[in-house]
Amino acid sequence: MVYLINIKLREDYSNLIFYLSPIVAVFLTLFFGSFIFLILDLSPIESFKIFFISPISNSYGISELFVKATPLAIIALGLSYCFKNNIYNIGAEGQLTMGAIFGGGIGLLFNDSTSILLLPLMILFGAIGGAFWATIPALLKTKFNTNEILTSLMLTYVALFILDYLVVGPWKDPAGYGLPKSMPFPDAGRLPVLIDGLRIHIGVYFAIIICLISYIVYNKTLFGFKLKVSGFSSKASQYAGFKYKNLIFYTFIISGACAGLAGLFEVSGPIGLLYRDISPNYGFTAIIVAFLGRLNPLGIILSSLLIALTYLGAEDAQLFLKIPSAVGFVFQGLVLFFLLGTDFLNKYKVSIS
Amino acid sequence: MQPIIEFQNIYKEYPGVVANNNVSFKIIRQSIHAILGENGAGKSTLVKILYGHVKPDNGQIILNSDLATINSPTMAQSLGINMVFQHFSLFESLTVAENLILGMSEKISLSKLKSKSETICNKYGFNLNLNSPISSLSVGQRQSVEIVRSLLNNPKILIMDEPTSVLTPEEINKLFKIIKKLVADGLTVIFISHKLDEIINLSDYVTIMRNGKVISNLTTKNEDPESLGYKMLGYKVTKTEQINNINYSENVLSLSNLSSYSQDPFITNLNKINFNLKKGQILGIAGVAGNGQKELMEILLNENDFEFNGDIIFKNININKLSTFQRKSLSISYVTEQRLGHSAVPEMSLSENILLSMNHKSYFKKGDFINFDRINSYANNVIKNFNVDTPSFNVKAGKLSGGNLQKFIIGREIMSDPELLILSQPTWGIDAGSEAFIKKSLIELSQRGVSIIIISHDLDELLEVCHNISVLYEGSLSKSLNVENIDITTLGKYMGGLFD
Repeated sequence: MVYLINIKLREDYSNLIFYLSPIVAVFLTLFFGSFIFLILDLSPIESFKIFFISPISNSYGISELFVKATPLAIIALGLSYCFKNNIYNIGAEGQLTMGAIFGGGIGLLFNDSTSILLLPLMILFGAIGGAFWATIPALLKTKFNTNEILTSLMLTYVALFILDYLVVGPWKDPAGYGLPKSMPFPDAGRLPVLIDGLRIHIGVYFAIIICLISYIVYNKTLFGFKLKVSGFSSKASQYAGFKYKNLIFYTFIISGACAGLAGLFEVSGPIGLLYRDISPNYGFTAIIVAFLGRLNPLGIILSSLLIALTYLGAEDAQLFLKIPSAVGFVFQGLVLFFLLGTDFLNKYKVSIS
Repeated sequence: MQPIIEFQNIYKEYPGVVANNNVSFKIIRQSIHAILGENGAGKSTLVKILYGHVKPDNGQIILNSDLATINSPTMAQSLGINMVFQHFSLFESLTVAENLILGMSEKISLSKLKSKSETICNKYGFNLNLNSPISSLSVGQRQSVEIVRSLLNNPKILIMDEPTSVLTPEEINKLFKIIKKLVADGLTVIFISHKLDEIINLSDYVTIMRNGKVISNLTTKNEDPESLGYKMLGYKVTKTEQINNINYSENVLSLSNLSSYSQDPFITNLNKINFNLKKGQILGIAGVAGNGQKELMEILLNENDFEFNGDIIFKNININKLSTFQRKSLSISYVTEQRLGHSAVPEMSLSENILLSMNHKSYFKKGDFINFDRINSYANNVIKNFNVDTPSFNVKAGKLSGGNLQKFIIGREIMSDPELLILSQPTWGIDAGSEAFIKKSLIELSQRGVSIIIISHDLDELLEVCHNISVLYEGSLSKSLNVENIDITTLGKYMGGLFD
């Protein structure tokens, strides 16, 4: 007897389940995640408490949750433009870095400025830096038909090395004891916090505004419609008279600008200067955030909070459970795995005969 | 006159629709049994049940006087039932022989399979080179591969779902000869079609289905096309009267010396195509598929900057360099051959599919914002005026049957008041009711002074609708023939490439 696995496209897959599957994926992650704790000889319930509940049981924790969720949400919202258009920009991390370099560079250039215009200028250059870095894969794709997944990913490492060079070279703080970091930004170049004593900053407002704008763009505008059509069928998009190459540019620029903005917010907000490790992989994790949020602006806000929690939980777990903080990445990976799995099973029917 | 199959009270319900409502009839051994009905009549569901592809809710199938349980196509094949689908399932990059061996349930060596296939090809007159890749074959040859693949399983019963919808008249004749020979050798053929003449020509018996029920079981020789059509549709098929009110002074579209050249062997080079299309004229471009239709449509639509020489003049404007969007803005409308994923997006609602083709109209936009109210009411008008069977404009386009979707697409274009409408295969694979409706709509449109180009393989359709017909043969276009006093022998010669 030969067993064959049949995979058949479902003619009528459920929209409801499409939106429910992130929740299913989260529960599956918790279930299988508990085995990780069991293997490490820890009580799953206690561990989950430390991982997911204690980090947000006080105002400091909640503020930190938003500090982590803000860049994730902003980047993921930007990425959703690309992903809806079936363009796979994997290089948000590099665009984030370039945003930090451009915007941060302005902060360093005018480091004795007290003007209220300094911060807006830094924000603008942050967005420009990210957008600039994103136009490179867009250009390569439209001119030479290169694969944007590879080029955008490789450019991430280029951006990281440029930052590396700057903070050990020309931008190194002369009074910094030789450490690879820049001078701190002047106060006029720092992102205002929302509540004194906490790190939650005005980037939250940007995330909300970008979310609302994206919601309107996706649901009310011709531009959103063009993305939707191109995502479904490039032939139909041509029939409609849409210029696909332009769409590639626009979506790359939007997502690059968002990533650059997030990078600038990191350095001008919580960090306050430029150094090597400005981002704990926000640019990559935001890919998970975007898909977990179903490329829906409101969904992305929710998923960014959830994934931010895995960052906080991992820090607490390292502190209190003495397990490496990489467990946080394990959870992010599990969520993505189960999300792709549930999506697959929603789209295809698998049977064994 | 012994029945080989007997359907007994087959019942199958899908959410919201009864596809088969207590279907019962017999199929005589070694006969050609046609099942006739419009799209959605339940014919496909019935044969899919016979082929084990769909499970009925109720009822049974008696095969050779025994109760048969058919749970899967594999089981059907082991019982001697095979099916040739309307849409082929062939691997383009593999050769004919490789595709054939993939369909075999038993183990067989490639050389043995080749000799077996060759015997079948020679016996029945299939013209196939077993070593050519599928991608190089015409649609007719691809169908032959599908049929040979079925025959290799030594079937007793062969189901053919709309086998002629993609074939040229010549290929159809050939197919019919093959079918008759197969039946003479002992096969029973179940033939699904909505083409009346074919059923009259080919079948021994015919079962007519409408709305999931069997309307009547007939012996074909007692019927004629009109009586069959009447029973199928439930009303009399009337031929639309063509009125000639072309304004011969006014040129709407002129092609002069349109040529293209490509080294790609799969692209036909166009060779100095010339024609003048007048206001209110319907020009049919006939010819067997693969003679440059695709390339001509590419150039007229200009989606991919397909390179060509010569000029396209639309109302004194040279539109050579204009994009699809700009051409649409000049009130040229297009209906492409492929419905799903080209002229409509199946995953999107009907309203959104209106916007797909109408986004150049400022009426539907305020800046970059979409005016959904106007789009929805436009969609509603299309649905109403073109008899599109759907509960709402929010339904996804992919949920509509082929005929309904095509009525929607053509309605969408017609209601935008085009000056020129260019259609490719407008009635390909759709039910007779929709087909008649579309033809009538096109004729009415031309009477309002709109010029129309129809690129089609279906000669009957062109003869019925067009004022003039030209034939495309290996990239060259023949002189146009006036349909009113058309000489069928000349047309036949043109179809075979005998023109200068």
